[in-house]
Amino acid sequence: MSRKPYHREVPKAGWVFDHPRYMRYMAREFTCLFIGGYTLLLVVGIGRLAAGRADYEAFLEALGSPLGIAFHVLALGFAIYHSVTWFNLTPKALPVQIGEDFMPDKVIAGAHYAVWAVLSLGILFLSGAF
Amino acid sequence: MNEREIELEVLRYDPEVDEKPRFQRYKVPCKSDWVVLDALNHVKAEQDPTLSYRWSCHMAVCGSCGMMVNGEPKLACKAFLRNYTGVIRVEPLAHFPIERDLVTVIDDFMDKLKRVRPYLIPKEEKSLAAGEYRQTPAELKKYKQYTQCINCMLCYAACPEYGLIPKFIGPAAITLAHRYNQDSRDGGREQRQEEIATSEGVWECSFAGACSEVCPEHVDPASALQQVKIESTIDWYRDHLMPWLKK
Repeated sequence: MSRKPYHREVPKAGWVFDHPRYMRYMAREFTCLFIGGYTLLLVVGIGRLAAGRADYEAFLEALGSPLGIAFHVLALGFAIYHSVTWFNLTPKALPVQIGEDFMPDKVIAGAHYAVWAVLSLGILFLSGAF
Repeated sequence: MNEREIELEVLRYDPEVDEKPRFQRYKVPCKSDWVVLDALNHVKAEQDPTLSYRWSCHMAVCGSCGMMVNGEPKLACKAFLRNYTGVIRVEPLAHFPIERDLVTVIDDFMDKLKRVRPYLIPKEEKSLAAGEYRQTPAELKKYKQYTQCINCMLCYAACPEYGLIPKFIGPAAITLAHRYNQDSRDGGREQRQEEIATSEGVWECSFAGACSEVCPEHVDPASALQQVKIESTIDWYRDHLMPWLKK
């Protein structure tokens, strides 16, 4: 008897829509574009600052425009989604065994949130927000 | 016990006749505690003896009866019919070639499993007279979760990376390599790293996490792969920034 295995093709792009879990995964990956975009915006800002006072003030004004605010709100939302989904996965990558038992997942993910909060407060403090 | 009639839509493929797979429907009277495997066994015994599928233990131990049930990788012996409504579609595990009906070609997985050396390579050979290789409960717990893998390949059927890039060594094989690397009695990590700390090894994984969602034994392969990534990264930095530490 000869063998003739049948090979099923995986659609190169359409696979994302095959299952909600694939869409959730791609959503997490997609949100990094906004984090990258915001990083570029900061680089542009530094460039404007180096160019002189007038340029920098024009840049700040552009940030305050409805389009600038809309981008910030969007980028913030995506950045939070990105961070939360990744922080919640950290216990998988960084298990901590103390004696026989592993530290609960909540403690490991929670530590990441705590460091996030402390760093954010530190940056706000350095920027003179308080 | 309550009986109800369910309808199965089963993928059929006869390599001697069919150019491509087709679906065939069967109506099965089933009891409330039946699983998909019971329904398939009923079809084979009462309606169509030509239906081919793998199974052995009927208790989620042997890992033979993995198949797609309504598009989800499942052990047919663990997929209770009472959890499904309407026509239940049963297909062979995704991402593997179909040998016949629900039977897949698993040679690729078997080759990969062999490559990662999923067995204990003792740090030092001891004579029988020297006694056992001993281990503390904490040392055992470090890797015990990963010993639960039954090689059912549901994780390969769920993994989008494996579907797109078949050379990826994949979740179960890398997890088993990690299981032995984590074992205090083992000294084979360097040999396994040659296979798994590579682009077709762990670096093909993008942490979709689907493997862990479908694993019937809660092995959590995604966690093993991320840990291998971290350890391999540490290896790389140690080798390049502190070469004097290299053996």
